[in-house]
Amino acid sequence: MGDRRYTETHEWVEVAGEVATVGITDFAQSQLGDVVFLELPRQGRKLGAGESFGVIESVKAASDLYAPVAGTVLEVNERLAANPELVNKDPLGEGWLIKVQTEGGLPDGLLDQAAYQKLAESGGH
Amino acid sequence: MPYLVHAQEDRQAMLEALGAGSMDELLVDVPASLRLRRLDLAPGLSELETMARVRELAARNRVFDDRLTFRGGGVYRRFVPAAVGAVLSKPEFYTAYTPYQPEASQGTLQAIFEFQTLIAQLTGLDVANASLYDGATAVAEAAMMAVVHTGRPEVVVAPYLHPEYLEVLRCYAEGRGFQVRIGTDPGNDSAALVFQSPDFLGLIADGSQVTELAHAAGALAIACVDPISLALLAAPGEYGADIAVGEGQQLGLAPSYGGPHVGFIACRQELVRRLPGRLVGEAHDGQARRGYVLTLTAREQHIRREKATSNICTNHSLCALAASVYLTYMGPDGLRQVADVSYRRAHALADELSQLPEIELLHPDRPFFNEFPVRMKNVLHRLRAVEAEGILGGLPVARWYPELEDVAVFCCTELNDPDALAQLVAALRKTV
Amino acid sequence: MRHYSRLASLNYSISENFYPLGSCTMKYNPVANEAAAQLPGFAYLHPYQDQATAQGALELMHLLEAALCTVAGVDRVTLQPAAGAHGEWTALRMIQAYHQARGERRDQVLVPDSAHGTNPASAALCGFQVVEVRSGADGRISVADLESKLNQRVAALMLTNPNTLGLFEREILEVAEMVHATGAKLYYDGANLNALMGICRPGDMGFDAVHMNLHKTFTTPHGGGGPGAGPVGVKSDLEPFLPKPTIERRNGHFELDEERPHSIGRVRSFYGNFGMLVRAYTYILAMGGDGLAQASEDAVLAANYLRSRLQGVLDLPHDGPCMHEFVASARNLAEHGVKALDVAKGLLERGYYAPTVYFPLIVPEAVMVEPTETESKATLDAFADTVKEVADLARTDPQRLHAEPVSLPVGRLDEVAAARRPVLRWNAASESPTEAP
Repeated sequence: MGDRRYTETHEWVEVAGEVATVGITDFAQSQLGDVVFLELPRQGRKLGAGESFGVIESVKAASDLYAPVAGTVLEVNERLAANPELVNKDPLGEGWLIKVQTEGGLPDGLLDQAAYQKLAESGGH
Repeated sequence: MPYLVHAQEDRQAMLEALGAGSMDELLVDVPASLRLRRLDLAPGLSELETMARVRELAARNRVFDDRLTFRGGGVYRRFVPAAVGAVLSKPEFYTAYTPYQPEASQGTLQAIFEFQTLIAQLTGLDVANASLYDGATAVAEAAMMAVVHTGRPEVVVAPYLHPEYLEVLRCYAEGRGFQVRIGTDPGNDSAALVFQSPDFLGLIADGSQVTELAHAAGALAIACVDPISLALLAAPGEYGADIAVGEGQQLGLAPSYGGPHVGFIACRQELVRRLPGRLVGEAHDGQARRGYVLTLTAREQHIRREKATSNICTNHSLCALAASVYLTYMGPDGLRQVADVSYRRAHALADELSQLPEIELLHPDRPFFNEFPVRMKNVLHRLRAVEAEGILGGLPVARWYPELEDVAVFCCTELNDPDALAQLVAALRKTV
Repeated sequence: MRHYSRLASLNYSISENFYPLGSCTMKYNPVANEAAAQLPGFAYLHPYQDQATAQGALELMHLLEAALCTVAGVDRVTLQPAAGAHGEWTALRMIQAYHQARGERRDQVLVPDSAHGTNPASAALCGFQVVEVRSGADGRISVADLESKLNQRVAALMLTNPNTLGLFEREILEVAEMVHATGAKLYYDGANLNALMGICRPGDMGFDAVHMNLHKTFTTPHGGGGPGAGPVGVKSDLEPFLPKPTIERRNGHFELDEERPHSIGRVRSFYGNFGMLVRAYTYILAMGGDGLAQASEDAVLAANYLRSRLQGVLDLPHDGPCMHEFVASARNLAEHGVKALDVAKGLLERGYYAPTVYFPLIVPEAVMVEPTETESKATLDAFADTVKEVADLARTDPQRLHAEPVSLPVGRLDEVAAARRPVLRWNAASESPTEAP
C-alpha cells in the first residue's frame, strides 16, 4: 500500500480521512519474536507525535511503542488481549494496535516504503 | 589446598596445551603495576582447624532455650518439622542455580510453583511471586509497584510498621524519588496505604477499614502480614487488599541472626505485570507433558534493563522451598493449631503479667495475636535480670519509639509451654 | 518426603553435574560451610539479642569484612545486601548520597552495552538516567565513546572487570583517571571477581565501590536462585554513606553502630544474610590467602584451556587470552539451522548443564562458558569432546538436535504459550487430564 508510512522505531501508520491506524512492522515483529503481551492505552488518551503509548513484550524482549502521529485514541484492538499472536501473524492487518483521531496531519520525518525497507535491511537502526 | 582439584602436572599439561610457559602469559592483559605479589590473608587451615575456629566464634554467642525465648520483633522461634532440614540439605536443591534451563530444573521450578500457590492461598490473593529477600524489601517492592501503577508520588504508612521495614522503604523511596508519610489518611497524591497487621507491637488492625480508607482515596491497600496469623485472621484478599507482603521466616527457617529469611508478595490478577522478581508458570512440551518455566520474564531486569521497575534478579529460592515444605507438612489444620496455641499462650501470659505489680498492658482493650506490649518500670534492668535466669524476655522498643519508654513487647509461640510461662512470671516477680 | 525426593531427582546441580554457566561461577559448595552455618550458636541466635550476647557473630562479621577489604582493596565493607543486584543498588545509593552531600546534582550513570541487565535496572531504581557506552571491536569498553559521554552530569560508570566477555579491561587505569577527572565515581560489578583474587584488586584499579557475590566467588550455594549475599566495599570517601548498621570494634568489644548521620539508611532488615556470611568466612579460613590466589589462577587456566579445546568447534569472536570465562558464538552453526539454544539443549541431553546463552547481548548466538577452578582436567576434556559431538550433530543431523532433550523429565517446553496464557498457581478447578510423569 502506497499511503502507509513508517517510523524509525518500526511502527506503521495509515491514514483514512482523519483516522490513523497504527501497528508495528513485519520487520519489528520478526525481530521481537513471539509476542506474548501488549500494554495499550485507554480510549480517549491524547498522544503527541513520538510519544510512547504502550509496550509490546515477547518472550525475549520488551519494547516501547511510539505514536507516529498526534491525536486522540479512538479505538484499541481488543482482540490482542486474548490473541497477541495476531501481531506476529498479520502485523499489517488484523494485528493493528490502535486507531487515532489525528490532529494536524502527518508529521515530517516519517519514512515511505522504500526508505523503511532500506532501514530494515541495514539491521534496523 | 582444599577444594582445588588440579595436580601440578595437570596445570602444567594445560599450560603446555596453550603454548604458555607460565600463568603470567595468560595474565598479560593485567597491567604490571596492578599485579599483587601475594594476597595478604592468613594461610589456609585444615577442616579440623577451620571448624575449631568457627565453633569457637559460635560458642561466644549465647543461645537461649527456644521455650524460654519470649522475644519476636519479626523473627521467631518455632517448631520446625525435621522434613524441612532433610529437604533443604539435598544438594540437588541447594547446589542448583536459578532454573534458566527448565528441562534440567523441574524440581526447583515445581517447588517454586507450589510456593506461589501456597502463598496465594494463604493471603487470599490471585498471584504470588517466587519470593523476595525479606519482609522489609517486600514492603519496598510493593510500594514501588503502587507508585508505578498509580503514577502518584507518595506512599502513606500506618504507624507501627516494623521500624526496620520503614527505614528500608525510606531508603528505596529516596533513591526512586517518592515520598513516605506516616499516617492513615491517604489523599489524591497517595499511591498506597501500607499497614502491618499484627503490627510491630503485636496489635491487630481492622484490615477492611484500612483497605476502604485506601480505596476511597484511589490508592492501593498494601497489607504486611504474619503468615502464621492468617490461619486465624482474615486474609488480605478477603477484605479487598490489593497487595499482601510479609516475612516468611516463621515458615521453617532458623533465626540465624536475622537472615537469610524470605520475603513474599502476592497481588490481585490485574497487577501481575507489575509484580517484581521471578514468576514460575505452567507449560507443556511437544508431547503434552506438563512442566514449569520461568515466565513473564519481559517484566524483569535482564530484558527491560533500565526500563525495569525492579532490579531484583534472584529470589530466596531455598528459603521459599523451606516455607513450602513447612506449609505442606503442617497442612491447614496443623497451621491452625500452631496459630491457636500461640494465641492462647500469649493471652495467658498477658493475663499473668497484668496481675504483677508495676506491670501493665499498654493496650488492654486492643486485640492482639501472639505479641503484646507491656509497660513496666526499669524495663531494661528487669529484662537483664530474667536473662540471668536463662530467659530471653520481651523486646524493649524505646530505641525506635521514644514515646514508648519502659515498654517491652512479649511474644509467645507454640514452643513456650505453660512451665516456661510460669518460669518467666516467677523471674519477673522477683524483679519487683 | 518422597514428593520432594522426586522433585530433587529432576534437577541438575553442581553436586551431580558440570555446570559451566558463564557469569555464575558454579563452583563446588563445600559441605563444611553448611555445617558451620548450622552450628546452634549461629542458627538460633536472635537478631534482637543484647549485643553482648552475640559477640561471636559480630566478630565473625568483622573478620569477614576485613578479609573482603583485603581481597578487593577497599577500606570498608557493608555485609548487608542480600544479593548482587541489591549490592549494586546499595552502592549506587551511596554514590548518589556522596554527590548530593557535595551539593552536586548528577543524574546519569554510564553502563557498557555488554553489562549485566541488573546494572541499568539498579541505576534506574535510584532515579538515574542510564547512558550506554559502546564496546570496541576488541570486546572492551570504547575509550573514545566513554570520553564522549563523560560530563558533569555523570554520577558513575559501572564496570565489571574482567568484563562479561571474560576479557580484562586493559585500559582500566586510563578509564579510572578519565572518570575521576570529571568528578564521577567508578563502580565495580563483582560478578567476575573470581578471576582476580590474589592477582589484582578492584580498589587498586581505581574503583570506588565494589560489590562482591559471596555465592559466586566465596562458594556459598546458589540454592536454586538464592539466598545469596552481595556485600559492598568502598573507599574511605564513601564510608560515611554506608548503610546502617556498621560493625565497629571498640575497647575490645564488637558493636553495631546505628549512629551514622550520613548513612543512606537501611537496605534490608537486620544485618544481612548472616548464614551466608558464616559460610563465606568458613571458606576463606580454609583457603587462606594463597589458596584463594591459586583458586583464581586455576579458574583462569581452566577457562583458557577449555577455550583452546573449543577452537574450531564454535566461533571465538574475540582474541585470547581470556580470564575466568569466555564467550563463544554458535553462529558458525547457523547455516545448518542450529542456534545457541540448540547447543544448550544438546548439552543438557548429554548430562551437562548448559552454558549461559544469548548473553552478553553484543555477541550474536552467544555461548558463555565459565568452568571454575573446581573441575578437573578430565571433566574439561570430556565436556569439550561433548561440545564437539553436539557441533558435529548440528552438521550431520540438525533435526535430531532440534528435538533434544529427549531423555530429561520434560522436553522443550512451550514458553510462548506459557507467557501468553499464564498459569501461575495450582488450581484444581482448571486441572487438565494430562498428568505429569
